[in-house]
Formats: sequence, structure tokens, C-alpha cells
Amino acid sequence: MKKINKLFLSIISSFLLLIASSVSSFAKVDGDTIVLGAAVSLTGKYATNGEHTQRGYDLAVKVINEKGGITINGKKYKFAVKYYDDESDSNKAATLAQRLIEQDGVQYMLGPYGSGITIAVAPVTEKFQIPMIEANGASRALFTKGYKYLFAVLNSADQYLNSAVDLMAEQAVAEGRKASDVKVAMAFEQDAFSLDVKLGVMDRVQAHNMKVVIDDALPKELNDMTATLQKVKALKPDLLIVSGHSKGAMTGVKQITDLKVDVPLTAMTHCDAAAINKNLGGGGDYVLCAAQWHKSLAYSDDHFGSGKDYAKLFESIYGYDPPYQAAESSAALLVWKDAFERAGTTDKEKVRDAISATDMMTFYGPVKFNPQGQNTSKPMVLFQVQDGKNNVVAPTKWAEAKLIYPTPKWSER
Amino acid sequence: MILLQAPFLNLQALLDGIMVGAIFALAAYGMALVWGVMNIINVAQGEFVILGGYITFAVFKAGIHPVLGMPVSFFVLFILGYLIYRLIIFRVVDKDMFISILATFGISIMIQQIMNMIFGSQVETALSGFGTVFLFNGNITIALIKLFSFVVCIIGALSIIYFMKVSKMGRAIRATAQNARAARILGVDTEKVYAYTYALNAAICGLAGSLVAMTYTLHPYIGLPYTVRSFMIVIVAGIGNIPGVLASGLGLGAVEEFSSYLIGTEFRIGIVFLLLVVILVYRSKRLAKKREYLK
Repeated sequence: MKKINKLFLSIISSFLLLIASSVSSFAKVDGDTIVLGAAVSLTGKYATNGEHTQRGYDLAVKVINEKGGITINGKKYKFAVKYYDDESDSNKAATLAQRLIEQDGVQYMLGPYGSGITIAVAPVTEKFQIPMIEANGASRALFTKGYKYLFAVLNSADQYLNSAVDLMAEQAVAEGRKASDVKVAMAFEQDAFSLDVKLGVMDRVQAHNMKVVIDDALPKELNDMTATLQKVKALKPDLLIVSGHSKGAMTGVKQITDLKVDVPLTAMTHCDAAAINKNLGGGGDYVLCAAQWHKSLAYSDDHFGSGKDYAKLFESIYGYDPPYQAAESSAALLVWKDAFERAGTTDKEKVRDAISATDMMTFYGPVKFNPQGQNTSKPMVLFQVQDGKNNVVAPTKWAEAKLIYPTPKWSER
Repeated sequence: MILLQAPFLNLQALLDGIMVGAIFALAAYGMALVWGVMNIINVAQGEFVILGGYITFAVFKAGIHPVLGMPVSFFVLFILGYLIYRLIIFRVVDKDMFISILATFGISIMIQQIMNMIFGSQVETALSGFGTVFLFNGNITIALIKLFSFVVCIIGALSIIYFMKVSKMGRAIRATAQNARAARILGVDTEKVYAYTYALNAAICGLAGSLVAMTYTLHPYIGLPYTVRSFMIVIVAGIGNIPGVLASGLGLGAVEEFSSYLIGTEFRIGIVFLLLVVILVYRSKRLAKKREYLK
């Protein structure tokens, strides 16, 4: 028995050694392959969104390679991504980022999923001066530390629901009221993301001089919002804003339906992730939702075509409509390709400079970075759930549908 | 203060609190059972609740009305509880309490991860399709599903009390709780009693979870607040005090609801912990006084 155990152990350890040695030969540019590194949450809390992220990356790698790859100084290269699973743990993600850089020799990074984990990874890539293009970290804290090697293709969290407040002001004026008459009820989860969303919202609320009648803080262990919604019922605000990731959207809509809370306009984040248009038996109708991207937007590029083409391709491979988490992840690869080609070299410093000078159009929207690495040229979109479908209603330039306002009363629905 | 401006909200908060408290009481009742009979604090209580919820959600997804998910959750969790006892708990049942806490903590992590793998980390809910009733000119709003779960909790608690009083197994469980050794001498198969107690606890949690799925929302990591609430309720009521568990469960629900109005929703769970500390300190003070008296 002992002998067998020993044999088994030695086989395993030699196998591990073999893997380890093959891994360390994985350098930044391997022949004609440019290796990008990414620690993504494939298990744990963020597994669902982590999977969207990975699929977004994979799809873009596939499409870019099939369309001829990357041409640097006349030589053709292909992309490959080396993944690790960070188990939805930010400490682990930071360790894995270090491992990607130090042991695997990766010189170019893609972001993980989520603000919290990106905040943990960014100091590592910064320390090793490895450029990282991330697509899923929206927290403002990422852009206030003076990072030089961090670039985000998405809008930061404080831009999520600003336009919902502006839209409400417009509607009030159209009704013959003043924007300052509008009463606002807010419920925000107490985490980095939602507090950033709140900052942006408060900015607009103050600009319009609106009255905040409810300002509730939601706990992390959120599955009951009865108290907040009963207050909403009593105080009858014109605008209700909820931000608490998918759980906020799901719990909010479910209990608004159960308690028949009438609010003229309700705005939320993460409605598409929670699929409130499908999962709640029509309860999600008329809710206004913030999104980074929507397939019906008129942006396009020559790799994926339009948003609708992207959605079709994504669905043919993975069997579901791409959420914006996948789209923005794909966009990150397009930025990498563009930067490599403009830099004309694989030298990471020159590539970094090329990234920071990016000014391009993708199916996901325009990409242009400010000195903090934020993509400032793309606006957020707002869609409204209309008869079970997510229809873009703002910005009006790309809107496919008109905002339905006010939300019909429950007694009439 | 909004509660003063709108006096109806006080009644509303009380009703909402009592209705949510009934679910806490049900889960706490299971915890008191296991604690009293086996001297084990089951840290996986909340995970059993959420797993029960997911089973009801799966039933709902299969196109069946989620109310029918209640018996399914109950029986699946019963079997699971039995298996967990036979695999793990029987090894730690007479050991130090620390070991059993560690073991059940491990079970809770396992269940969380398994739920995450099977059902995904998305937030889910099962729609009952029950309506809403308005009382007092629409000043009081009650979702019928909450009323329904309140009634189910009360019926559930009563039938368990009845089962404990009347059935053979119930009496064996009570005997074991009083004195396991004496029960064994008198021919009670305490191993079997332990297995049934643990399974029954899991089943009760499954039922509570089924109601959570229909009334609130689920995701794999929301179990812990239910464990903490159960713990708190049992501490307040005392082990083996069934009416006490029910009363403090309803009371805790009401306290949480009122504190959401007065202090803020984000402190809901914080209030539970604070109350726990206050009550424990008060209790030990009172006990210390009694000791002095005895001197």
C-alpha cells in the first residue's frame, strides 16, 4: 500500500513539475503569439459575470485571429489569453496577477471581473509597470490614484444613473412643473460601486435642486426592502432610484410588485444581469435601467460589425444574448489590437503609450482615454423594460423607443 | 420622523415584522431542536434555508406552482439532513462543541459552493402569483404571499409541537434531550433519534427556505443572516422553550422592521447582533445576582 502511495505521489509530482516547466516557458510573445494574462472569477460569488467576461475575451480573440490577427511592422501575430480562476477573491486575484507577471512572464494584462477585484489587481500591474486594459471595474476609486498603466473601456460608476435624473427633470418640465419640484427617493447598497453611483446621482439632483425625500442605505445581505418601499408608498416620490447590483434590482422589482408601489419613474442598475424583464412576470415593466452597452446601439467596427451582429455571433456560440459584461470585455481586445498595431512594436512601454493615445470606434462604442485611463467618449445608455423587452430610450441620439412616462398605476396594469 | 407623520406605518411595520419573523422563528425552532437534543449549534442552518429555497425555485422553473415546492423542499432536505448526519455529524455529536461548530461551518461552506455551482450566483425568486390586499383605505398593504407564509409557519410550528408530544419518535427525541444516557438505558436508539432530529431540522429549514424563495429573493451567499437570527432567537428564548422561540422570532422580526424605519435598513443585521450582546450581558448580570442570593 505504502509503495503504491509513493509511486502515485512521485507520478503526480513529476506531472506537476512538467506543467510548471511548460508554464514558465510561456513568455510574453511566443513565436507569433502575443499572450495576454487575466485572472477572472470562474467560481465563487462572481462566477456568472466572470464567465460572461471570459467569453467576451475568448470571442474577441477568436474573431481577431480569424480576421488575420495583429500586424506589427508587417509581421502577423495572434492573440492568446492565459487565464487563472481568482475564485471571486480579491486577494487571490492580486496573487495570481503577480504570478502571471513574474512566473508566466506575461507583459500585457486584461482586467478581472468587478470593481473590487480590479482595485486589488491594479496596484500589482502598476508596480510591475504592466499595462492593463480592463473592462469590468467601474469604481471611481480606480481613477483617482494616478495609475499610469490602467485603462478602462467602460464608464465609471458615477455615470450610471445621472441621465435618469436628467430624464426625470425633462419629464417634469414637459408636464409643466419645475424640475425643482421633483421628489426623489433613493436606496443604495453600501458598497464601493453603489456609493459611486450615488455620488453621480446626487450631483445631478443638486444641479436640478430636487428634493430628496428618502435616502436609504441597503445592507450587503439584501433580500428584503419592505421598509424602504413602505416609506415610498407613504411619501409618494416622483423618482425612485435603487442601486444594489442584481440583488437590489431583483428584490426591488419583486417587492414593488408585491406591495403595488406606484412611482412615476423607477431607475435601477443591473436590471439586465437580473433579467427583470423576464424573471418577474411583467413586474419589471417600465423600469428604467442603466447599461454600459446595448446591442441595438448604432456603433460598429470592421471586426464584429454592429452591436446586433455581435449579439448574433455571441448567441450562435454561447446560446444566450450577450450581456454588456461580455461586450465590454470583447472591446478590450479590440483596443489591444489597435494599440499594438499603432505602436509597431511589442515593447510594453511603447504599447502603453499607444493605448493612452487610443481614439477609435468599436461595436461597443467609441474609446478614448483621459489621463486617468477612463474612457470618457462613451455615454451610458438607459433602457426601459417595455412589454418584457429592453428598449433603449436614452441618449435620444441612439434611442430605438420612446420613454413611457409616467409608469401606469398598478390598479390600471 | 416618518413613523410619527404617518401613524399607519407603525401598524404596517408591525405586521411586516411579524410576518417576516415567522420565517425566522421556523428556522430557529429547528436550531433549538438540534441544540437541545444533540448539543450541537448548527452553523449550516442558513444554508439549509437557502438550499430549501433553491429547491422550490427549481420546482418553479420546471413550470410547477412554487407552493407545491414546499413539500418537495421539506422532503429533499429531510433526506439530505439524514445523509449529512450519517456521513459527518455522528462523528462529532459527543465531542466538544467547538468541533461540531467547525464541522457544521464546513458543511455550510460546502453547501454554499455547491449551490453556486448548480444554480449560479444570480439572484433568483419564485413567483407565487398571489395578489395584494389593501386595508384601511389602502393605508396598509399586505402581500398575500407574506400572509400565506405566516400561516404556513404557524401551522408548521404547531404540527411539530404536536408531533413531539404525541408520536413515538417525538417522545424519544424529548427523552434523549432530557437525558441521553437514561434514554439509552431505557431502550431508546439514540443514534436513530439523533439522525431523525438532524433530518427534521434540515426539513424545517427547507420549508422556511421555500417561503423565503416565494416571499423574498435568494442567492447562494445569503444564508448567514438566517443562521445568526436563528442563533439569536434561541439564545433569547432558551433551548426547549417552543412558545418562547415563536414569540421571540416574531418579536425579532418586528424589531428589525422598526429599526429599518428608525435607524436605517443597513443596520438590520447590526441590530440583531447588538440585541444579542445586550441580552447576553443582561442575562449574565441577572444570573450573577441570583448567585449572590444563593450565597
